Parts: sequence; C-alpha cells; structure tokens
Amino acid sequence: MRIGTFLLAGLVLATTMQPASSAEGKLVITGSSTIAPLAAEMAKRFEEKSPGTRIDVQSGGSSRGIGDARSGLADIGMVSRALKSDEVDLKAFAIARDGVSLILHRDNVVSALSDQQIVDIYTGKITDWAEVGGKAGPITVVNKAEGRSTLELFLHHFKLKASDIKAQVVIGDNQQGIKTVAGNPGAIGYVSIGTAEFEARAGTPIKLLGMAGVAASVENVRNGSFPLARPLNLVTSAEPQGLTKAFIDFTKSAEAYDLVREQYFVPLGP
Amino acid sequence: MSPSARDARLLRWLAFAAGLASAVLILIVLFLMQESWPVIARYGLVHFVSARGWHPTEGTFNLVPMLAASAATSALAIALATPLGVAAAIFSRFYAAGIVGRLLHWVIVLLAGIPSVVLGLWGLTVIVPLILKVAPPGTSLLAGSLILALMILPTIALTTEAALASLPSAYGIGAAALGLSREAIIINIAIPATKASIFAGVMLASARALGETMAVLMVSGNVVQLPKSLFDPVRTLTANIALEMAYATGDHRASLFVSGLALTAVVLALAAVARRSGGQVVHA
Repeated sequence: MRIGTFLLAGLVLATTMQPASSAEGKLVITGSSTIAPLAAEMAKRFEEKSPGTRIDVQSGGSSRGIGDARSGLADIGMVSRALKSDEVDLKAFAIARDGVSLILHRDNVVSALSDQQIVDIYTGKITDWAEVGGKAGPITVVNKAEGRSTLELFLHHFKLKASDIKAQVVIGDNQQGIKTVAGNPGAIGYVSIGTAEFEARAGTPIKLLGMAGVAASVENVRNGSFPLARPLNLVTSAEPQGLTKAFIDFTKSAEAYDLVREQYFVPLGP
Repeated sequence: MSPSARDARLLRWLAFAAGLASAVLILIVLFLMQESWPVIARYGLVHFVSARGWHPTEGTFNLVPMLAASAATSALAIALATPLGVAAAIFSRFYAAGIVGRLLHWVIVLLAGIPSVVLGLWGLTVIVPLILKVAPPGTSLLAGSLILALMILPTIALTTEAALASLPSAYGIGAAALGLSREAIIINIAIPATKASIFAGVMLASARALGETMAVLMVSGNVVQLPKSLFDPVRTLTANIALEMAYATGDHRASLFVSGLALTAVVLALAAVARRSGGQVVHA
C-alpha cells in the first residue's frame, strides 16, 4: 500500500502541472489527500468494470476540491468534511465516514476523559494518570506523524496545532499505534475506529474511550452520533450525469465497501 | 579469438558494468536534488539547521534533531557492536576448535540474515517493554541502538573473521617459532595486521546503521527532539522519511527529499573515510 501511495504521489506531482480537462470517457477528480487514496482505488476498480474510461485522481486538499469542482477544472471534488454554509451551491455525496477513537491499555482504570483533559494530556499540562483519576504513573502520549488524516481530524476536533502537541511516541500507521499502547499500560493514543474495534475484539489488550457519553464504535460513526468523526464527500457543481453519476453511484454502492474498509474508513452501509 | 581480443571484449563489458553502477548513483543523487530543490530554493539551506523545530505542515523544517538522532543511535550501536563483533571473530578464529567455531560462524551468518522488520517487531514486543520498566516510554534512543547493534554485529564479526583468515600463515608460524603465546600473537600481530580491514568493516556497518529504517522506526519513538538521555525517544532521518512520505504533499514532500539528501551526504562521507583507511595494503 505504501508503494501504491508513493506512486500515486508521483503521479499527482506529474499531473498537477497540466490543466485538467474532461473528455469523452474521462473523469478528473481532485481534492482532499485523505480521500485521494480511497478514490484512486475505487477508480481502478471502476475502470476495470467499464473499459474505455479513464479516471484521474489528484490530491491537493479539500479547498482545492471545492475550487476545482466550482470552476469546472475537475468533474468531481473530494472534500473530507461537511460542506460549509457558503458551499451549499455544490452537491455533496458522502462515500464513507472517517472516525478516530482514543485508546488506552485495557488495564488502565480510567474509563472516560473530558475534551479538556484530552487536550491537557496532549499538550503536556497533565503528565500523570493520578491527575485524571487513574493509578499514579507517567502518561505516555502517542501521536501520529504529520500529514496523516487521523492527526488532522484529531487536531481539528480539539482545535490544536501540530506544534502544540507534546508526544513521547510518534507513530506511522494504526497497527503501530495499537502495538505501542498494548505494550505500555500508561499510554494513550488515537487510531482509526475500524482498526481499534477489530483489534479490541480480537483480544489485543486495548480499550476504546467513549467521547461525550457516546461509545466509540463503527456503528456510532456510521450513524453520525460519535463526535470525533467526519464525512468523506464527493462534490459536483451540478446534478451529476452520465459518467460522473455512474462513478458516484459506484463509490456509494456495496461493491466498494471493502475498499473503504481497507483504508480504515467506515462504509455507509453494513 | 586471440587472447588480446578476448581481453578487449572483457574490458568493454567491465567498463559498461562499472559505468552503469556509477551512473545509477549519480542519477539517484540528481533525482534527490531535483525533488528537494523547490523547498531549498524557497527557504534556503540555512533554514534546515536553524528553523524552529520540524513542523512540515506549518512550514518549519529543522533537520538538526534528526541528524543528531541518526548519529547518536548509530554511534552507540557501533560502540556496542564493535567489541562484541571483534571478540566473536577472534574467538572463532583462535580459540573455538572445530565444531564450536563452525557453529558460531553459522549463528552469526544467520543473524545477518534476519530481516530488519522482524528484529523491529521483536524489539517492540520484548526490548521496549523491558526499558519501559526502567524509564517510560520505553521506545527510545537506547532501544534503537540495541536493535541496530544486533543488526550490524554480524557485519563487523564477519569482516573481522575474513581479515584474520586472510593473514599469511607465515605470520602465525613465525610468531609461534619465536615462542610467542597465543594472546601475544593476537594482540601484537593479528589485530595490528588486520586493523585497517576491521576499521573498513566498522565503516560499512556504520553506513548500514545510518540507513536502517524499519526496525528503528518501530522502537525509537520517533519524537523529533535532541535527545538528553538514553531513554528519550528520538526520530532518525530514515524514520522521518518512512513515517511521513506516504501522506506528504508539496513543500512537505520536498523537505523529505532534503532529509534523504542529507542522509546520502553523511553515508558518502563515511564511505570516503572508509576508502581512505581501508584502501592501503597492510600486509604483503
């Protein structure tokens, strides 16, 4: 997968220079770098299904997705958040949801943390579990490497900057985060909810921390009640037609759910 | 075909192979420069050693803590692995008779063959929890160095062993005829005569330690900071690239190529040092 995204990054760089245009049987999709890997996988499968079509996926951030969809530079924009009030001229189609759960070691007696406590722990103001009702002992803060979508969602939700965070361990992928927390009873981390739920069920010694009284589960991300989550949207400037409509319908269909799960996102249906 | 024609043909092929090998290296360096150029042109080289921390999404790219981390983990690993590797080689060459020596040799060869990701996983599940008991968070400079030491130990042991084996037998026979004891032969003849080869092996091992990525990424904690103690988590240049490359765009991506360029420069400098000292012939 790493090689895949690497190639994708190269492709993106190679193609960003040319103006995107929509021709017969060709779609241009630009925007959020969170959605781009998922959209690229979906595009690959869609191209196999309908020979003759070519789908270009280019990342560049959600604002580029909005801008390109509006200006017509792209047929479809990718936006990894809900549309703002001044963006309602666009049509949004959620293709998946992205949810992040805080995780602790299973033996940690702390069962809930307020948003303020989480912020204080991550900014280094609280450094001992005794200060939040746990057994005395230093807190090991596990953070994600910069550029990861889970970090972005976490920062955005808690209104933090990347440089505010004082971490003791920085991790790359979700698995590494889970192994780090599972091996350290004093650790706190955050990972994609899909992976965390799977691992906790499989017996890995971690537990998912609920937020604002809502349990951290894939189900609660799907139904929108879990706060640390966001929709992954495709946007178009007009009611989609032809190839655009066919592709959007495909991305929302059960045929693409396995691709959504592979990227640790939550599909819209079971 | 006459011998001279065969020689001429061999020369062409050898020149082609040698040219290809060096062309690839040059192309890689050129590629690194090209990819890192946008961010070097915008911020200037000084930015990479003077910026306020490494926060690529906020536009600050200070590589110094990671250069220091790469140097510290590798230096500590070399300090741990060199005495062990040299001792193992001397033991298997001069003391271990027959089956024990061969067994030791094969264990070291096997150790060299363990994939780094396996060592990293073992480090994360065994070494890190042990260090955690002494000082949290466990993932640390020390853990990274221990895993690296394990990884480069075979390189040092095997190059030393090969160097000792290549000593002319006349050295040992002559020394024995003079009535020198075994430890005198080792200390006064074998080690001085193979010093340069041992040093070249250590340099080779250093280059490997600096370039190692996966295992170090798994056990070192990856926090960008200048380490103050052995128990502090650190991020090496290689881990930085591996951690962030998959999701980096624009200047962030280009700055990772600068990391790669810095690392390549360090490794090439090491290779130059190794060439200088290893190039001279020590024994006839």
